[in-house]
Amino acid sequence: MPWLTVLIFLPLIGLPVLALWTRATDVQARAVALVVSLATFLVALGTLGAFDPSLPGYQLVEQAVWVRSSGLSYLVGVDGFSIWLIVLTAFMVPLAIVASWGVSHRVRLFMAMTLLLETAILGSFLALDLLLFFVFFEALLVPMFLVIGVWGSSRRVYASVKFFLYTMAGSAFLLLGIVFLWFQTSEQLGQASFDIRQMEQLSLAATTQRWLFLAFFVAFAVKVPIFPLHTWLPDAHTEAPTNGSIVLAALLLKAGPYGLLRFNLDLFPEASRYFAEAIGILAVVGIVYGAIVAMMQTDVKRLVAYSSVSHMGFVILGIFTFTAQGTSGSVMQMVNHGLSTGLLFFVIGLLYERTHTREMGEMGGLASVTPWIAAVFLVATLSSIGLPGLNNFVGEFLVVLGSFDADRVLGAIAVAGVVLAAIYMLWAYQRTFQGPATERHRGLADLLPREIVAVVPVVAAMLVLGVYPKLVLDRVNPTTASVVAWVQSVQVDQQGLPGGLRAEVAPVDGSGDQTAAAGATP
Amino acid sequence: MTGVLAQATPVVELRPVLPELVLVGTGVVLLLAAVFARRAAPETLLLVGLAGVVAAAAASIQLWDWDGDLTVLGGAVAVDRFGVVIRLIILSVAAIGMVLGYHYFERSGETRSEFFPLMLFATSGMTLFAVSANLVTAFLALEILSLSLYVLTGFSNRLGSIEGAMKYFLLGAFSSAFFLFGVAMAYGASGSTSLAAISNALAGRTGSIALAVTAMGLLAIGFAFKVSAVPFHMWTPDVYQGAPTAVTAFMSAATKVAAFAALMRVFNIAFQPVTWDWQPVVWVLSAISVVAGSILAIAQTDIKRMLAYSSISHAGFVLMGLTAAGEVGISAALFYLATYAATVIGAFGVVMVVSSRGERNTSLSSYAGLARRSPVAAGLLSWFLLSLTGIPPTAGFIAKVAVFRAAVEAGYWLLVLIGVLASVVAAFFYLRVIVLMYMREPEEDTEPDDGWLPRVVLAVPAAAVLVFGVFPGLIVGVLEEAAVLRW
Repeated sequence: MPWLTVLIFLPLIGLPVLALWTRATDVQARAVALVVSLATFLVALGTLGAFDPSLPGYQLVEQAVWVRSSGLSYLVGVDGFSIWLIVLTAFMVPLAIVASWGVSHRVRLFMAMTLLLETAILGSFLALDLLLFFVFFEALLVPMFLVIGVWGSSRRVYASVKFFLYTMAGSAFLLLGIVFLWFQTSEQLGQASFDIRQMEQLSLAATTQRWLFLAFFVAFAVKVPIFPLHTWLPDAHTEAPTNGSIVLAALLLKAGPYGLLRFNLDLFPEASRYFAEAIGILAVVGIVYGAIVAMMQTDVKRLVAYSSVSHMGFVILGIFTFTAQGTSGSVMQMVNHGLSTGLLFFVIGLLYERTHTREMGEMGGLASVTPWIAAVFLVATLSSIGLPGLNNFVGEFLVVLGSFDADRVLGAIAVAGVVLAAIYMLWAYQRTFQGPATERHRGLADLLPREIVAVVPVVAAMLVLGVYPKLVLDRVNPTTASVVAWVQSVQVDQQGLPGGLRAEVAPVDGSGDQTAAAGATP
Repeated sequence: MTGVLAQATPVVELRPVLPELVLVGTGVVLLLAAVFARRAAPETLLLVGLAGVVAAAAASIQLWDWDGDLTVLGGAVAVDRFGVVIRLIILSVAAIGMVLGYHYFERSGETRSEFFPLMLFATSGMTLFAVSANLVTAFLALEILSLSLYVLTGFSNRLGSIEGAMKYFLLGAFSSAFFLFGVAMAYGASGSTSLAAISNALAGRTGSIALAVTAMGLLAIGFAFKVSAVPFHMWTPDVYQGAPTAVTAFMSAATKVAAFAALMRVFNIAFQPVTWDWQPVVWVLSAISVVAGSILAIAQTDIKRMLAYSSISHAGFVLMGLTAAGEVGISAALFYLATYAATVIGAFGVVMVVSSRGERNTSLSSYAGLARRSPVAAGLLSWFLLSLTGIPPTAGFIAKVAVFRAAVEAGYWLLVLIGVLASVVAAFFYLRVIVLMYMREPEEDTEPDDGWLPRVVLAVPAAAVLVFGVFPGLIVGVLEEAAVLRW
């Protein structure tokens, strides 16, 4: 069975249904999207089952010629970096759909956009052809732009345009880099290709490699976002409807670090080493800065948005340690952040629907009115601050461990970020839920049955990953080991003299060559 | 067998110009119909016109496997696959343009029977321009298409339409003079106006290079005017805004294709020996068109003017592809032109639908809340605008990648950088229209035209934008075969 192709395009089945079924009621439209996204989740689980944890390279590879003369191909495959991200994606989209059950304005279009987003996100995690990746990566923008702009809150238009232009400006450089690499493949290998396994073979001068690294880096850094390119994020997250916030925080932000792992490390190992320290510093600045700004917020949604800046700093820090723990920890942390921040936004959405405010000062004491919502928020909070036994702890711990190996100072500052996270998150919980309840919030509904159904799997996943992280790490580690070995095997050319780096370095096992064989087994 | 006959009796081979003959013939028939069959319903005229276009298309397809002479009619007209593809693009645009025009003038009550003949004459001029193998033929074709378009621009009774026609005529005459002067210089340089002869003279160093470069510059001005590249773009916004929207839709797509085709032919054949001299010219034209078009479009409040400036920046992108001489550049530019033609006629077509009767609602503010009043129109316009922005999976994205690739191969890094940054700037004003349509409430109670005809017709370019974007392989092969200019 072509797992990956089915997985990517299954959500699209919902689009013609939603487009043509003009008489569908709102509930029916939501149900269509929910059913399609649940089916997608089942396929994602099937893919997980078909995935062989012991292999480091690409698996379940599917390839078809797209444009022969340009070497453009439809090429998808999965490895340890992407397998959990696609499961996470397929897991969170149904939650996002339930989260916006209350939206009653142009529901069919809303649901169609959500499904379109799912396809684009899954596609960008699975594409191994650079142009195909770019197609999905850019195609994300339009549905996300509409989701924020049409269904968001008061400053939605500003936030959506800012989001679109920021990300598009970033990816403009990526496109430039891709076209350059493409041209190089036809020059050096005799056959134009966007296949990243082909592009790995290129020998690029150190200076060229660094420029290309930067071109790719800018595109992904905007998506992550890495300080100081983060300013679109608080606006977009805050103004987006709950559905949009969940998709943005849990899934879209992962496209950035995923791109760095998949493309920057693999294609430009020398430049990755060269820039590692600078990026590490930016990551740590992001961790501390995001935490401090989060502390200042009175709007709970904005607080969680800034906490994302801080948490994503950990992910970036881990990637650029080039240690097995750090990099595996980053992948783990991506999944964790998706779960915990997704759940936080879900709960904030529930609160907003009930209280019509996001100001923590106006909420206060909700624990006595809606104890179950408070409990769920507390679980997400504890997970987010890295309480042992919940998922985030493992990821953060591994990242910090890895960064101590690489650079003690950065590791030490990053630990401070963990402490700061405890301060702002617990503070947020206190301001929102503790103390006496205000008069006008009496009688608010607690968790509804459909909300319970949505929340339970997420909480369960958080517990499982906290207690038994091996489930994730076993599948991540082989890939991490091979990529780390590949990056570590390259000498950094401090003088920046031109030299064919790739030509001198023997290919490290597992960087993608045996994948075709592995992909044959369904 | 025809080959044997042709050798035995030296007959004039007319098959290569059959498309043009059919177009002109149909035009004349329709003109006469206007005199002798006054009662003929406009629908009938439209159908006859469309039949002419289809016949011309069929006649061009016949030329795909042409194995006769490279040029016919004494070297006036070239026969190659490049010509076939360009003709097909122009004829498709013309067919859509005629249907839109029929609807437009029926709605505004300005139907006049000359419309269809003028469209056909303009189309014949365009296709002839694209296949001219001699500068004199090219000039003749240029005048046929220009004169028809001047009249079409002023076809409406509105003041803006007449003003636009006047401006177009005056500036167009000026640029024709430049073109003609260039032809004279080329003759001075090489002793011939045939593209092949000029090329041979320059390659064999028997011609004067100084004169040839002057000729190249003057011809470049003529072409730059027709494709509306900066700094020869001044007429574009006024004419695009003033002309009846259906005419704008036709002219913005088809004229550009024809003029670029002629430019490619002249520069890649006649001036092929001095490629090093014209590449920097194309570079500069491309860079300033892309930048100026994108930036000036931001300030526009009228959607037709905005699209006019956008078309200026797109001319810059086509030129970017042409910085790579030869097949690489030509196939990239062909893809871009095919995509651009489909997209821009679609976009102007939606503008025509929204502006309801005449030209009332062309200000950007009348697009507020369009998604609610007319979801189909809003969806179509968004789709076309996304293609103009270059967002996958539309064809506009693949087209941009193709021209970037060509420019990279030619070694023009900086130009590609300018191009990608300008696309981001351009995204802003395309996005603004989408914001208006989907995220704002309607301000006035303007109702868009609810005719089904334009919507159905516009589904064709919309589908083309999707198919070229998702399965570019379907046409890339054809375009690559067509990118070989034979001379």
